[in-house]
Amino acid sequence: MPDGAQPILDVRDLKTVFLTRGGEVHAVNDVSFDLRPGELLGVVGESGSGKSVTMMSLIGLLPMPPAEIRSGRAIFDGLDLLQADDDTLRAIRGARIGFVFQDPMTSLNPVFTVGFQLMEPLRKHMGMSKAQARARAAELLDLVGIPDAAARLKDYPHQFSGGMRQRVMIAIALACDPQVLIADEPTTALDVTIQAQIIELVKDLRRKLGMAIVWITHDLGVIAGIADRVMVMYGGQVVEQAPVRELFSDPQHPYTRALLQTVPSLRGKRAERLRVIEGQPPVLGAPPAACPFRPRCGHALERCGRENPRRLAVRPGHEVACFWDPASGGERHA
Amino acid sequence: MRDDPPPRRVLVEVRELQMHFPIHAGILRRRVGAVKAVDGVSFDIHEGETLGLVGESGCGKSTCGRALLRLYEVTGGRILFDGQDIARLGPRELRAMRPAMQMVFQDPQASLNPRMTVAAIIAEPLDEHTALSKADKLARVYELMDAVGLSRDFANRYPHEFSGGQRQRIGIARALALNPKFIVCDEPIAALDVSIQAQVVNLLEDLQERFGLTYLFISHDLSMVRHIADRVAVMYLGKVVELAPRDALYNAPLHPYTQALLSAVPDPDPAAEAVTERIILEGDVPSPANPPAGCNFCTRCPQAMEICHREDPEFREVAHGHHVACHRYNEAEDEFASAMATHEARERNQQGED
Repeated sequence: MPDGAQPILDVRDLKTVFLTRGGEVHAVNDVSFDLRPGELLGVVGESGSGKSVTMMSLIGLLPMPPAEIRSGRAIFDGLDLLQADDDTLRAIRGARIGFVFQDPMTSLNPVFTVGFQLMEPLRKHMGMSKAQARARAAELLDLVGIPDAAARLKDYPHQFSGGMRQRVMIAIALACDPQVLIADEPTTALDVTIQAQIIELVKDLRRKLGMAIVWITHDLGVIAGIADRVMVMYGGQVVEQAPVRELFSDPQHPYTRALLQTVPSLRGKRAERLRVIEGQPPVLGAPPAACPFRPRCGHALERCGRENPRRLAVRPGHEVACFWDPASGGERHA
Repeated sequence: MRDDPPPRRVLVEVRELQMHFPIHAGILRRRVGAVKAVDGVSFDIHEGETLGLVGESGCGKSTCGRALLRLYEVTGGRILFDGQDIARLGPRELRAMRPAMQMVFQDPQASLNPRMTVAAIIAEPLDEHTALSKADKLARVYELMDAVGLSRDFANRYPHEFSGGQRQRIGIARALALNPKFIVCDEPIAALDVSIQAQVVNLLEDLQERFGLTYLFISHDLSMVRHIADRVAVMYLGKVVELAPRDALYNAPLHPYTQALLSAVPDPDPAAEAVTERIILEGDVPSPANPPAGCNFCTRCPQAMEICHREDPEFREVAHGHHVACHRYNEAEDEFASAMATHEARERNQQGED
């Protein structure tokens, strides 16, 4: 990783709120992160932690209303995505920022051939002729490992298996050589042997194409094998961020620590009993005045109920939002 | 591994179970074939144990679980439950057997009636199968809610007011209402968040100990099955390809499919991930309507031999309690010996680490 390289995406203090009949839901609270060229940033969190909403906010894919971006900036290559108008965003989406979603069946259009869907961005964004686009589309399918690529352009999505459909989605996302690829739970709907195929494919494509990737998942195993850096989200906030090895070897936040212990291991020692995180994730009706993890935290201090901790660097590149210090077992001193 | 617990009584004995779903086509809806969702499966479930049933989507594991409770009319084979063949029981006798065998479903949202209160949902089996008075029923409902860790204050609420983990507790309480002996848990944690999964698994383990329950735990989560199961069966395309005590299966898998499946699971440890050599299977699972000739796995098997494309391998016991359906273990004793040697070496390593 080129440390200190200019980030390609720099997000500061993003705040996204949903206006519902039951009141406001504060889905993303002051989220800041950056993404460096060529790196793979893993985003881990449970459902409702705000990981998908954060990414959707950036590329203008949230329906507004009910969603509303209250504040923040997201600088992509010198341009603030949150201030950009629709035309500018449309020119970026699918071209310079590609994305892959969880369910390849619902994100492909069932009434158009795969070839048509692959050629669409090439013609719209790259201004290619039909023949050029067709040749490039076949190249892309071949790149993602679909056998007999040129012939399969005429097939419809239902003629592909789940894993093959996800390969098609990746090919579409890569069509215009994006600088950033956002992958939202891209392997969650797939079987484990197919997931292994897709992960190998993404590793291989990264080596060949060198784009930066944001990989959203709840699976710590997937993150361990693929990410350079990891950002852990809970209750709409980034609670910890670290290089991948450091996050697993020296987790600082009680949530990260508990999460790592609650997952049973396939190869290590078998625990007689699973560690449990008691309670439920929070519903974010109001901007948090205290730490959102406090009700489930085994190490909560008096201060945690009064203040929401800000993110502090414990080491260069390793930040945590927590008052508790695992080294001393007491309050963290900045 | 070889110091197994003393053999326990067999509660469920499945022999050559087949569940085929007909395919109809044409104007006359003539039968043109069948999806062989479960095709000749045999195993035992011992009293008080958890048998894990793993495999990828479409392998027939859920169909197998449902067929065991005779939620389908099975195509063939025997299911002996406590000595009675429930594959052949008439409706009245079957109904009398129902309280002893229950099910916990994957999606707690879809398996709970949104118009019934929690108390009514948990009491429904009691309404159907017992003649308890209203007061006795309510007392039993409270008892069950306590057992699964739901506050009694929630008795009059509706399912939508609960989180996924709590809904699964409601489903478990309903399954327990009639004091069953045997529960089929069909992907009970697949729809839950990671931090909630452990809560539900611990609850299932506590209940098993307290009430002496026997589980068939169906899941695609191999790490969780390693945690909860005593023995594990691996299914591929309608067949059980390997069945073994937990540690034998995870430490020394014999079938090439089991080996690939275990190797595909990512490890939540970046250092281990960096050195892991994965067996990446090519291609996809064939259609169960049109399985390949010979061994079902031969189209994707990295170790397939010529015989595998001709003959369906027999499901045989190759070591104590370790069954496998693979031609590689036909005669090749050295094959098996080398697998056991790796296993023993690994065990020594593990002991060294502990």
